[in-house]
Amino acid sequence: MIPVLLILIPLVTGLVGFFLKSVTGAKNWSLFSSLVTLVISLWALTLAKDSELLHTDVAWLPDLGSRFSVGMDGLSTILSLLTAVSFPLIFVATWRDEYRGKSWNFYALMLLSQAGLMGVFLATDALLFYFFWELALIPVYFLCSQWGGERRIAVTFKFFVYTFVGSLLMLIGLLWIYSKTPDHSFSMKSFYAMRSVISAKDQVWLFWLLFTAFAIKMPIWPLHTWQPDTYEQSPNATTMVLSAIMVKMGLFGVIRWLAPVLPVGTWAWGDTVSGACIIGMIYASLVAIKQDDLKRLIAYSSIAHVGLMCLAIFATTESGMQGVMIQMFNHGINILGMWIVVDLIERQTGTRKISQLGGLAQTAPVLAILLVVVALANVALPLTNAFIGEFLLFSGVFTSTATQFGVVFTVVAGLSIILSAVYTLNMIQRVFYGSTNTLTAKVTDIRLNEKVVLVAIVGLILFVGVYPKPMLDLTKETAEFILSKMNYKL
Amino acid sequence: MNAIILSAVWGIIMMFSGIVTKSKTAIRNTAIIGLALLLIGNYADMMGYHLVTMEVHKMLYFDTFGLLGNSIAFASTLLLVLLSGRDMEKVGHNLAEYFALIFFVLCGISLVTTFNSLLMLFLGIEIISIPLYILTGSDKKNLKSNEAALKYFLMGSFSTGLMLLGIAFLYGASPMGSFAVDELWTAKPQVSPLMLSGILLLLISMSFKVSAAPFHFWTPDVYDGAPTVFTSFMATIVKVSIFVGFIRLFDEGFGQGAAQWQIFVAIITAATLFIGNITAVFQQSVKRMLAYSSIAQAGFMLLGLLSLTGIAKQGIILYAAAYSLATIGIFAILLRMKDYTFEGFNGLAKRQPLLAATCTIFLLSLAGIPLTGGFFAKYYMLMSVVSTGKFMWLAIFAVLCAAVSAYYYFRVIQAMYFKDGEGGTEVEPSAGFKGLLVLLAALILVLGVFPQTLLHQLTEMIYTW
Repeated sequence: MIPVLLILIPLVTGLVGFFLKSVTGAKNWSLFSSLVTLVISLWALTLAKDSELLHTDVAWLPDLGSRFSVGMDGLSTILSLLTAVSFPLIFVATWRDEYRGKSWNFYALMLLSQAGLMGVFLATDALLFYFFWELALIPVYFLCSQWGGERRIAVTFKFFVYTFVGSLLMLIGLLWIYSKTPDHSFSMKSFYAMRSVISAKDQVWLFWLLFTAFAIKMPIWPLHTWQPDTYEQSPNATTMVLSAIMVKMGLFGVIRWLAPVLPVGTWAWGDTVSGACIIGMIYASLVAIKQDDLKRLIAYSSIAHVGLMCLAIFATTESGMQGVMIQMFNHGINILGMWIVVDLIERQTGTRKISQLGGLAQTAPVLAILLVVVALANVALPLTNAFIGEFLLFSGVFTSTATQFGVVFTVVAGLSIILSAVYTLNMIQRVFYGSTNTLTAKVTDIRLNEKVVLVAIVGLILFVGVYPKPMLDLTKETAEFILSKMNYKL
Repeated sequence: MNAIILSAVWGIIMMFSGIVTKSKTAIRNTAIIGLALLLIGNYADMMGYHLVTMEVHKMLYFDTFGLLGNSIAFASTLLLVLLSGRDMEKVGHNLAEYFALIFFVLCGISLVTTFNSLLMLFLGIEIISIPLYILTGSDKKNLKSNEAALKYFLMGSFSTGLMLLGIAFLYGASPMGSFAVDELWTAKPQVSPLMLSGILLLLISMSFKVSAAPFHFWTPDVYDGAPTVFTSFMATIVKVSIFVGFIRLFDEGFGQGAAQWQIFVAIITAATLFIGNITAVFQQSVKRMLAYSSIAQAGFMLLGLLSLTGIAKQGIILYAAAYSLATIGIFAILLRMKDYTFEGFNGLAKRQPLLAATCTIFLLSLAGIPLTGGFFAKYYMLMSVVSTGKFMWLAIFAVLCAAVSAYYYFRVIQAMYFKDGEGGTEVEPSAGFKGLLVLLAALILVLGVFPQTLLHQLTEMIYTW
């Protein structure tokens, strides 16, 4: 019931949004819709884990063994919550952004992408999951191509082709597994039962069919090349959706549809993937230091953070798995904060070049304070939410028995945290301190709507950082469940 | 049987309608009534009501697979005539003859989809081909149209010759000296060289008819040269119906010895997918792009021929419907455009939002994006290959090609939505035209969410026969 509502509300309101024909109407409408979604998603948190409201399972394609089956466990709850929290924040924060042409279509497409994302996180049927996986992409494709920067068409198309190739390969993989299920079913249960049925030899090559799709979405080095371009060229609101929520689709896919289904393949390629993650983290951090464009800097920093999360999945430890689930939420919130600040600066000064900015702390003191908190969370300082997440991730990788290189991975990954401090603090210093110039002198401090959003984000950062227990409770059971499935001997 | 009789009779009626009346509207309406009757007649056949009960001496075999194939062909033709009937008037003066020829093609189609004897297959293919040669050249004053017709005719006759040779070989190789496809196979494990060469000759000639590589060379020129409304007819209805016959031939006739010829089909499939998709990328004209895209889509349909499972047969029906609906829709929009190049679509979304939106759905369906019929069409084809456990490499190759196809389909979407330009239609399309496009798009979406609505006909109807 609740999962269906979480998908249906943005879907229906999004479709209605195409016919609003008024900008303010569309803004109010989309904010209203996203708030309703948020309320329902919060309601889901209050329910008991075995509540019937959290699951829906109706016949869809009986001949194909696929059902419209959606449900919420710890993992999908936390990610659907992230989706539900992000959208109202995005709408409020970008309230003053203007979009050319029929801008109500922008808000309608945003809501449709929310519906697609919700579907991805809530589906418990592999074919349904694939359906939403592709559907989430289409509205984003239109958003970026229509309202993006100068090179938007080519860049967005590169993004589209990358993910389309990945998802088609994933389709082949899912079909192969389905064709081997004894009961011819796409259900999660049947897929998880296959983990001991599929031979080790098959798991080893099947792994790549599925993982390519997820690795592109995350993205993992060397499949990341679409990401900085797309983030840079997309309209800010869409970049927020992409980086706060959409990259989590890749991580989610590995946790839900890859590791428990093909545990031997996951184990066999664990070191290879972890190696790629490590290289990507260091590489992205080094590139981030050199960036002059704020959006590209954050894009590369996101590659580094996601690499760490992926690393922890393959470590196959409880704290690592729990850390990934919590850190997915935290990273979404933190990066949202960063983007909102970038959006503010770009709207007021008309530039994103770090070299052209400076002294913003004098003209916008409140913004500076709030940004510093977000930035410290980005560096994972204690008392911030990312500290909890990354601490769990590191301890998970360090104690991993799935790999013999746990210590090496931890040390090199630790290096990337230091590098992240370098580029984040360097960015703050050059943008907010120093002397003002003609561009930054006329900047005014943040207004009410932005203040509300940033305060909410900072509040979430500190709340989770100080009192992470609800998050830990939420994810504990699911993490244990996934890990039990990743142990192929059982 | 209903379809064969009705289409032949109505073809003759159409031929004489040109003498009785000069009114183009009257002629077109007669054709529409005929097509509707054809559709109803064929459906009645599926339900078990027959106009005549005739002893066909196992020359024909009416099962739901073939009859459903017919239904898709007739329904698509009806939609094509409703959408683009007026554009047919612009081709030349002989409107009644065009419709008559189309009805004769449909008669050939109903033979090809329900044949049980190689002679009937040959007859059907010829009845399809000869009117098509004429339709291709119907724009008499246009040099390209003439060239296309001649090219099509020469290449077509050659392939028909090969087909006859193949049939003769098979007749010689069959244990009892029979043309019936279900009696061709000798229970022997080893296939004789004569039989294999017969199978290969039929494979080549059928590949020619469905424009599979490397026998596709006529396709782009013929599709480009023929009047666009007939290109639409050839690229969709004719092609998918021949596919139904193609599958039928190999399933009934040679299915038991699949291991012997599968590798040839696999090579043809891979070549078709590769050549169709890669060449389509470089086209500047949307019409020519659609010609190559039809080759690429044929490659996907060939996957069904490769696996020949129950899923493949369902899939080919779904593919036929999804592909025909989408392509007819795009051609109908293309016919109204001032300019057939990609630039001609620039900024269409601003001037004609509804046309652009429906066109987007058609293109997404051809690219195989979920929520459209095209997704499940591709899904069934891939599933049929994956479930056989062999040819995984081909399935992976096919999806990589499908990703390439996104490039040229999305180019049209990019032109319509994200580029500014003077692209537009020649005249403002009528409300009826727009309504039909919406209907087409809605059908594609229904197939994309509940493909069972169509496919249940296959399983439910078979018991009433």
